[in-house]
Amino acid sequence: MSQTVLELEKLTIALPSGADRANAVSDIDLVLRAGKVTCLIGESGSGKSLVARSILGLLPRPHVRIGSGRILFEGQDLAVAPQDKMRAIRGAKIGMIFQEPMTALNPLHTIGRQLDEVLRIHTSLGKAARRARVLELIDSVHLPEPSRIIRSFPHQLSGGQRQRAMIAMALLLNPRLLIADEPTTALDVTTQAQILYLIRELQREHGTSVLFITHDFGVVADIADEVAVLQRGTLVERGTAGAVLGAPTHPYTKALIAAVPKLVPPAARPANTQPFIVEARDIAKTYGTRGLFGGRVTVALAGVTMELRRGETLGLVGESGSGKSTLARAITRLLPIDGGEILLGGADIAQLSRRQLRPVRKRVQMVFQDPYASLDPRRRIIDIIAEGPIIHGTPPAKAREEAQALLRLVGLDASAAKRFPHEFSGGQRQRIGIARALALHPDVLVADEPVSALDVSVQSQVLALLADIKARLHLSMLFVTHDLRVAVQVCDRIAVMKQGEVVEVAPTAEIFFNPQHSYTKALFAAVPGGTWQDRKAS
Amino acid sequence: MREGFARFARNRTALFGAAVLLCLLLLVLLTPVIYPDDPFKLAGPALQPPGGRFLLGTDTLGRDVAAEIAYGARTSLIIGVGATLAAIVIGAVAGGVAGYYRGRTETVLMRITEFFQTIPAFIFALLIVAILSPSVSSEIIAIAAVSWPSIARLVRGEFVSLGGREFVQACAGLGASDARIIFSHMLPNCASSIIAVGSLLIGTAILLEAGLAFLGLGDPNVMSWGLIISAGRAVLRSAWWICTFPGIAILLTVLGINLIGDGLNEALNPRLRER
Amino acid sequence: MRFARYMGYRLVTALPVIFGIIVLNFLLIHLAPGDAASVLAGESGAATPEYMDELRHKFGLDQSLGMQFLTYVSNMAHFNLGYSYRNDADVSSLILERLGPTSLLMLTAFGTAVALGIILGLVAATGRNSWRDNIISLISLVAYATPGFWLGLMMIVIFSIGLGWLPTSGFDTVGTGHEGWAEVWDVARHLVMPAVSLALFYLALYARLMRASVLEQTGMDYVTTARAKGQTERRIMTGHVLRNALLPIVTIAGVQAGNLIGGSIVVETVFGWPGIGTLAFNALQSRDLNLLLAIFFMSACLIVIINLAVDVIYVMLDPRMEI
Repeated sequence: MSQTVLELEKLTIALPSGADRANAVSDIDLVLRAGKVTCLIGESGSGKSLVARSILGLLPRPHVRIGSGRILFEGQDLAVAPQDKMRAIRGAKIGMIFQEPMTALNPLHTIGRQLDEVLRIHTSLGKAARRARVLELIDSVHLPEPSRIIRSFPHQLSGGQRQRAMIAMALLLNPRLLIADEPTTALDVTTQAQILYLIRELQREHGTSVLFITHDFGVVADIADEVAVLQRGTLVERGTAGAVLGAPTHPYTKALIAAVPKLVPPAARPANTQPFIVEARDIAKTYGTRGLFGGRVTVALAGVTMELRRGETLGLVGESGSGKSTLARAITRLLPIDGGEILLGGADIAQLSRRQLRPVRKRVQMVFQDPYASLDPRRRIIDIIAEGPIIHGTPPAKAREEAQALLRLVGLDASAAKRFPHEFSGGQRQRIGIARALALHPDVLVADEPVSALDVSVQSQVLALLADIKARLHLSMLFVTHDLRVAVQVCDRIAVMKQGEVVEVAPTAEIFFNPQHSYTKALFAAVPGGTWQDRKAS
Repeated sequence: MREGFARFARNRTALFGAAVLLCLLLLVLLTPVIYPDDPFKLAGPALQPPGGRFLLGTDTLGRDVAAEIAYGARTSLIIGVGATLAAIVIGAVAGGVAGYYRGRTETVLMRITEFFQTIPAFIFALLIVAILSPSVSSEIIAIAAVSWPSIARLVRGEFVSLGGREFVQACAGLGASDARIIFSHMLPNCASSIIAVGSLLIGTAILLEAGLAFLGLGDPNVMSWGLIISAGRAVLRSAWWICTFPGIAILLTVLGINLIGDGLNEALNPRLRER
Repeated sequence: MRFARYMGYRLVTALPVIFGIIVLNFLLIHLAPGDAASVLAGESGAATPEYMDELRHKFGLDQSLGMQFLTYVSNMAHFNLGYSYRNDADVSSLILERLGPTSLLMLTAFGTAVALGIILGLVAATGRNSWRDNIISLISLVAYATPGFWLGLMMIVIFSIGLGWLPTSGFDTVGTGHEGWAEVWDVARHLVMPAVSLALFYLALYARLMRASVLEQTGMDYVTTARAKGQTERRIMTGHVLRNALLPIVTIAGVQAGNLIGGSIVVETVFGWPGIGTLAFNALQSRDLNLLLAIFFMSACLIVIINLAVDVIYVMLDPRMEI
């Protein structure tokens, strides 16, 4: 049994009056051991981030504060330790890395200066010694050209590089504990895999204890030695990774794990031989201008060709910058393109004018990603859903009646009609968005990351709804996502995109078991946890 | 919106501002009753100190300073509110068109807006009033001409950010016309920002009007606070009250309006951080 | 090298603004009711028919509108701003000799407003909702609502007439012929009240802006990171927050500097300060439109230069501005 580094004893964090519950977390017991990675997993609102911040006394006081309990570290109770003792510990004995590396770094200081700051606060090393140590750490996190990195500003580095720099900053003084607050959530899946690997590598090398906050069970499967599951402020299950993942005991844990889509595709479906309903030929789109004084040009789509058959679900998969969202918007004509053809049922809609496009709109509709930005905050739900038909000539009374029927179809109560978007949760808003898209009775539904902003338990419900509706209304669906697990479960065929091009397209089973392109292989290999649900409990 | 106004009601300084403004409105409405005579008419002996029959004293010609201030309130409000409304209309149209259509249109409109923001505002207003001959309408035109750029930039910024929001794209996807998107969806979502900035603009407009009147560019047929002050300059040593009281009126009015504006801003655009 | 190119780019974009002002002036002249010549001559009263003809010829008013415009542009470009009959001098030299006192007043006022405003804003933000925050906020609110000319008059009443500490008007004490430090002290005593009257409004503005900016920055993620490194609150404020908070202030200060010129008209008038402001006031009284337009043109040029300087400063401060 390795040594205890930090222990949370009945930790309770109080919230200000008016919050949805009195305490963010209640009676948390957690033990962090040397050389072990402990993952604290929970959905949004579980309080996991606050637990991480409370250890170093970084709670947004005075409204959020530690109500009761102890945080035992090196013989001290950090919950009541004076500020000067806390400052001595922060950055030196306990290091922390955060979710958004762009905003977590001061935009006006060079990377070198920000790393140097840690050494200036806690040591009395001279300038040369500090520089040497900084270069050493930057090298250990595998950042190329350390002397150039030192002189660079945060905006000159990529997201992955910034996170590596933050890790270097946190490990400068060899802390006993590293707290990582969702450090990979904002990164692309391939970058995420690299960062997870890096954390694991450094942790093993130095015997650091790691508290890793996450919402992703795949990450837990990849990196955790021990797991603690948080449900709305209560610790419901705790144990080794193998035990919790392989044989969970608490119903919440079981439900969460069941909601995570498996990476292994379901049984192969019969091949779809229906005619094409959407064909994109050689679509090109560039952003930016070459002005007189220079300018930046980005190629979003570099000649993309793809087809969607009637009744199938085609997945567009890729990382940020792949062009998948641009392509989705191009096909729905929400975006003008620079070249190429878009055939809808055989007719080219790429160059149609606004007026000519109007009837086309009824055939292709989009479901958007952000449940909080996709509904007009000042309109009632019934008006949001009925707006489409009203624009196209349906008398308002009839449109509203149909809207009510759609609300029922997407599983919402009739009383939702008169309310405003802010009164609904993320999952409910997505349902409303789906209802709005269905109001015009389209043939094709383009879903742009429809579940990416939702918690995993809500995600599975919305995906089930989409599958149900698609079957009932005989829709064809273009499904854009960066999450391979979702794509594998939902899509009949998958098209993998990279930097504005389709690198591979094949039926799901084929692309999973027999990927051809190196990027496809890399993408599948990078999915955290891989096929952990099918592994035996250890 | 409703909860925004509820938040406003809880803000004490904003309520103070509202109280001041209410008093002012009452004064404007009751002026013909309290001071039925023309404020330009002589009411008593010249240079009477405040107190007794003349609450705030009399000026160099023997006019009642209190009556002058009361009538001046009407001028300030008319010009202040009028100029601001005109500035909002011009600015909203310019900024809205620029922010919605983007591209070349936006560049041209924004360059024009920047130009009008760069030129010295007070001197420009001065020139317009001088050329068009001082009157209430020329003052309104002049002040509107220097105030609209800030509204234009605000509206353009809002339209640009709203244009990228998914609910606007969804509307376009439904086949909505430009007019529908702009008037039904985008403008209502900017309304609270425009109100907040617009109310602060009224205060600035009143200060500009006072400055113009002080320099002798006010409408010669109406009483104005700036006019009273400029007339009192010559006798500053002996009759300090002529300059003092109209200035206090300006201060309280602009303060009240600014407090309301601040309160509206807090109420309608709540920030996530605690204040 | 990139810096020189950026400067070139900014200068090129400044030219249309200057041109636009010339166009605006031209439009204003012709917008005025009556014959353009009489507008330009102003109410000088003693303008003889010969003088008017001379004027018409000089400004090309007997030619087509297009030719008039070209003549006007050419005149302005050569800083040939015309002649002021009332003042019996060349307009350019009139403005130039007044530039000194106005610059002194503006620089003092602007410098005070910016420096004090930033300090007060910082003090208010660091003691958020404490008594010092509330007092500073209260003073800012009142100052922001106070007309500059009225403040000047009240200061005269209190400090000159009432207490006799400071002179009522002028640049220096007439007829005493001070030299060296005595002169500096004399001018300073005359400068205090005008500078305060002009500065107070902007001081309040910058204090409010700085307070908001600092509060916004203290909520940023990089501040949490700095705390997580074990940095003290004071060093976080001085080393991290301050510079980030100052950036938006720099931009806005540049914009406001232009408005200071307008404000100086009323303040100089109140205090009899021998600058461009009083010149403008006199021009107003005598309806000398030509002089007014020239002052407008000069002020606008000044603002363009100031904006350029502010742009350069901003680019130097913010590494994210890639040039």
